[in-house]
Amino acid sequence: MEVFSLIADGVLTAVQPVNLMLIVIGVTVGLFIGAMPGLGSVNGVAILLPVTFLVPPTGAIIFLAAIYYGAMYGGAISSVALGIPGASTAVATTFDGRPLALQGRASLALVTAALASFVGGTVATVFFSLFAPLLADVALSFGPPEIFALMLLAFATFVGLGGDDIPKTIFSICFGLVLAAVGFDTISGEPRLVLFDIQGFLRGIGFIVLAIGVYGIGEMLWTIEQTRGEVTTTNPKITVKGLASDTKEAVQRGWKGTWIGSILGFFVGVLPAAGATPGSLMAYGVAKMTSRTPEEFGRGSPDGVAAPEAANNSASTGSMLPMLTLGIPGSPTTAILLGGMVMWGLTPGPRLFIDESEFVWGLIGSFYISNLVAVLINLAFIPLFIWMLRMPFTILAPLIFVLSIVGGFAASRSMHDLWLIVIFGIAAFFMRKFDYPLAPAVLAIVLGPIAEPTLRQSLLLSSGDPMVFFTRPIAAPIMIIAIVLILLPALKLLRRKRHVAAG
Amino acid sequence: MRQGEILLAGLLALFSLYLMYKSTELPIGYISGKGPGGGFWPFWLSLGMLLSCAAISYNWWRGRSPAAVSEEALMDAFGWRTVALVGGGVVAFVALIPSISMYGAICLFMIYYLRFLGRHSWLLALTIAVLLPIALFFFFEGAMYISMPQGLPFMQPFFDIMYDIIY
Repeated sequence: MEVFSLIADGVLTAVQPVNLMLIVIGVTVGLFIGAMPGLGSVNGVAILLPVTFLVPPTGAIIFLAAIYYGAMYGGAISSVALGIPGASTAVATTFDGRPLALQGRASLALVTAALASFVGGTVATVFFSLFAPLLADVALSFGPPEIFALMLLAFATFVGLGGDDIPKTIFSICFGLVLAAVGFDTISGEPRLVLFDIQGFLRGIGFIVLAIGVYGIGEMLWTIEQTRGEVTTTNPKITVKGLASDTKEAVQRGWKGTWIGSILGFFVGVLPAAGATPGSLMAYGVAKMTSRTPEEFGRGSPDGVAAPEAANNSASTGSMLPMLTLGIPGSPTTAILLGGMVMWGLTPGPRLFIDESEFVWGLIGSFYISNLVAVLINLAFIPLFIWMLRMPFTILAPLIFVLSIVGGFAASRSMHDLWLIVIFGIAAFFMRKFDYPLAPAVLAIVLGPIAEPTLRQSLLLSSGDPMVFFTRPIAAPIMIIAIVLILLPALKLLRRKRHVAAG
Repeated sequence: MRQGEILLAGLLALFSLYLMYKSTELPIGYISGKGPGGGFWPFWLSLGMLLSCAAISYNWWRGRSPAAVSEEALMDAFGWRTVALVGGGVVAFVALIPSISMYGAICLFMIYYLRFLGRHSWLLALTIAVLLPIALFFFFEGAMYISMPQGLPFMQPFFDIMYDIIY
């Protein structure tokens, strides 16, 4: 019962006029920053960090957390309206959000994303309030083998569940992982894969470079070529009645994905170094696997939008948990929040809940309020984002190209990366023509920097014995599920052959 | 499409071989006391890429992928022209950034696309081509403190005026 009174106190702190105002401003700013390709919550939080010295620490963290929330909602807008995932956490949202937008159902996709994000954030906050110290212990028991097993599971969902050509999917995953290895070997510190001896590759290849190349340039070229410039987006209409019926449909057709994403996202988000991207991908995979109509996924299923969106919001809240209770940031954004807390004179760690209980519960209270404010502001802005889609394609297309190039530069500040975006874009166009799925490559480049060090650390721990993944109680079942999923297409093929032979 | 499928698989296989070769610049095996070497991860993944290319080629030979049995051309003349005009525009846009600044390049690209590819009126093309870089300037330089390439020295007076406005 004590928890409820602490939450009530926290909510009261969050609704104080100054804090409420900070939440509204933070969410709105975050929404627009998140909607811009190339910019995500990390940019918003980093840029506005100095502003927080004007308010007390509780107000400061509430403001930054509100930006974080707003940006998480905003990522979906870019995925649906422009077809470019604004952040890695919104890649999976593109799979069904974009097809819905192309069918003239962008408002359904955006409403589903907003509602799922709201449920995801709220469920995660409830979990956070109730189980914070307990989950911090569980998260600590995840060592390199467990995290690697989790990464393998994320890739396995693509191989096992994707309807795409399996060798091409595997090629795409390996390609993304190799691209993630370009730059420096993080363990030995030596330069690695400096392609064609071009020094720009020493900086590595960022996720955003590949994502913007594939989605901002490659997909756009493909769309223009396929439709001969006459894009078939049916004119999306915005009426109050239409939005109400979309809300109803979003609830009816997206509830299952929402719940899967909310629960799974939180637990993946809690794990240090995992975060919202694998959470959203796994939620998509599980939603597809458990769906009665898996064939709808990738063609505009509301569940396919709801699952990753609920998961990335849920995981964002979850990733705050190791930051507050252990002092371990789960994502770049929480790393900046952690830096801010240290600057404000707070020490994250197990004693924070006792020594600074007003701060912690004020923050948790603000999660509830931020979520509510974020969903209301997001729904209010949907007509604006729909209006964008009503622009003639000959205006929207150059806008997308410009936002891709400007966003790409903003993220990396390098002309080398801009050229890479163009090269990836053109390569993606031709690969798309031959049915190479490119989303796995984009996700692999995000997960590669987590997967490689955890694999190498695990093998170092076991003196090179791969059985380390099968002898630990948490890693073993995850690993087995991943392997089964990877082998699933081969098993299906074998069964089909036997069936044909028998019949 | 049929020839294109095997040609692309061949090119990607060559690229995979190159990546395998580059990976061997660092140790690819297990180093006692240090764990797998720096080249271990990219080497085996590049091998995975090569084997995938082999599987793609096998599927092509057996006629299992849609492209492998398609007799259609990759693109018709109109498709090639569209891709060249749009893709070429994007390449020119990026190529112009170091000389006429990011904002100057955006302005020219918008005029090119809206007026010449989109066939919109000069008024609309010029309005968007001028207003969009200004709006992006205020957003990136003013609000986000992100500085975009400013081009050669002859572009500086434009930036001086804009910076006077925001600071």
